[in-house]
Amino acid sequence: MKHRGYYGEFGGCYVPEILTSTIEQLDEAFCAARSDPAFWAEYVRIMGEYSCRPTPLTYAENLTRHFGGARIYIKREDLNHTGAHKANNVMGQGLLVRRMGKKRVIAETGAGQHGVATATMAARCGFSCTIYMGALDVMRQRPNVFWMERLGARVVAVNEGSRILKDAINEALRDWVTNMDDTHYVLGTACGPHPFPEMVAWFQSIIGREAREQIQRLTGSLPKRIYACVGGGSNACGIFLPFIDDDVELVGVEAGGRGVATGQHASRLSAPGAAVGVAQGYKTFFLQDGDGQMRETHSVAAGLDYVGVSPILADLHRQGRVRFESATDTEVVQALELTMRAEGLIPALESSHAFVQAFKEAPRMSPDESIIINQSGRGDKDIFTVADAFQDPAWRDFITDTARRYANA
Amino acid sequence: MLEHYLRERLREKGILLMTHIVLGYPDFETSMNIVASMVAAGVDMMELQIPFSEPIADGPVILHANQRSLAAGSSVRRCLDFGREAAARFPIPFLFMSYYNILYRFGVERFASVIKDSGLQGTIVPDLPPEEGAEYMQAMQKHGLNPIFIFSPASSEARLAYVASCARGFVYCVARKGVTGRETRFSDQMDAYLARCRRATNLPLAVGFGVKDRRDVDFLRGRADIAVIGSQTIRLVDEHGPGAVGDFIAGLR
Repeated sequence: MKHRGYYGEFGGCYVPEILTSTIEQLDEAFCAARSDPAFWAEYVRIMGEYSCRPTPLTYAENLTRHFGGARIYIKREDLNHTGAHKANNVMGQGLLVRRMGKKRVIAETGAGQHGVATATMAARCGFSCTIYMGALDVMRQRPNVFWMERLGARVVAVNEGSRILKDAINEALRDWVTNMDDTHYVLGTACGPHPFPEMVAWFQSIIGREAREQIQRLTGSLPKRIYACVGGGSNACGIFLPFIDDDVELVGVEAGGRGVATGQHASRLSAPGAAVGVAQGYKTFFLQDGDGQMRETHSVAAGLDYVGVSPILADLHRQGRVRFESATDTEVVQALELTMRAEGLIPALESSHAFVQAFKEAPRMSPDESIIINQSGRGDKDIFTVADAFQDPAWRDFITDTARRYANA
Repeated sequence: MLEHYLRERLREKGILLMTHIVLGYPDFETSMNIVASMVAAGVDMMELQIPFSEPIADGPVILHANQRSLAAGSSVRRCLDFGREAAARFPIPFLFMSYYNILYRFGVERFASVIKDSGLQGTIVPDLPPEEGAEYMQAMQKHGLNPIFIFSPASSEARLAYVASCARGFVYCVARKGVTGRETRFSDQMDAYLARCRRATNLPLAVGFGVKDRRDVDFLRGRADIAVIGSQTIRLVDEHGPGAVGDFIAGLR
């Protein structure tokens, strides 16, 4: 490897020796693809034909009027196939898998979005597919498990550790060290060992490249601020990086869960609870105890419920180039409700974190200024989780009745 | 010095045995009893694993032992104290094995200083390739400790040579792809791999991952210097209790 993927002090490639040659091969394939203009052109073409790209930049006129400050624009990653920005990364990696001649893909998934996206890619490209998912997430996200299995993937419920996303990543790594000859690990976010952070951020940069052109076309200038939620950090990297050299303030919003003071959250950069460490193949801020053991995390949005964060964002945080905030579960549900009522848009609970912070700041900005919120995914397909978050009584009755019907069948 | 000890010992025995336990599993008292019976049964060297919450190179047996030990409240400090006590009580070399975050959080230099002071010989850190290990190697060298690095069947000749250039004490040869504790076929292919390892270094070679019985140890005789028994003794303790360990070890060669 020419370099080991360091962003300041973060990143690197901390993998067991057995993976070294596989990672080198991946790095070479990625570098070759990136320097080949035809590869990006094919990627853009496929995303246009298969996944509604370019996704629109929607002017949120009602929300803008409601807050009476900055003009609010929403980047509609929810309109991707499978309902989230995850489609960008998996199709990109799918093209790379073809180039490498591998026949099997594996992936981790938390909320299930990345798993479903990977399963569609595998179906389309003719790869066999295994998805690792924490047993708790399997319970919470049954609809996504249903779709993965229908799409032909094998879903393995991981009963180790806290039985959530980080444990699914560990299990996917264990599969990879066993089967790397014919298997590619489609990591779902801009984390993990080099070259994954760089590669995932590169595929996701399609979001920001489009948004940069769209906002200038619509407003004649660049936005004042851009807001994105941050779990692993792939949608944030995707929309931020093409603006990195511009005079645009970039704001990442992490999961505040039940409040950072309660310890039940996943705020690694916006709160003091995390420390630099090395796990899952890379160095970044992890939520960990004094011994270096990873802590439990919590968010209403399963996709943000992760102990680590992209090394690219950790570095931008340290440089002060990206500002990090957090949004609590309660604030998130309120922002989602307002967005639905005002604009008829249904952001995912993950994406709604970005809306929370934008709504806090927009009223204090001038109508001459514009902001972009990255709506990284759609909420309507997560009806079970969203209905739960709203504690909707009619929905509860419906589920209870359905359960009774199944029980009596 | 570790390499010297191993060579002396090899003169008397055709092949050496290194065993692996997870500290605090099922509890620290039992861990010490296991060490005592392993030493009494003739084990030549031991690796003591400090449990970590994300042990990516370990298979189910060692993974569960890590989780159970942590759930029972074991701490890094307690593990270090255990190492000090074991090294003082028993006349064989001890190594710590753990993942890099444990050393990193403790402070790599401080970790090296503490284990030197405790009488241990070195460490095995499976998620730290030498390229990322400059600080670690410097600290180990400063304190006269052995950073044990790893060869794998997927490593090229150039890679084996590079890893060998960083290694001290001995080299740990992973027998196959995958994680610890699964079946390994000791075959002609393994023969060719171990011959490549032998050409790459003059240091003693340890072979681990899937070594589980006398037949496997016999296969390694003449091809390697140290057979590493990890998951199998943990399985044995799980199924038959710590008392079964001595006879098992004694029957391996």
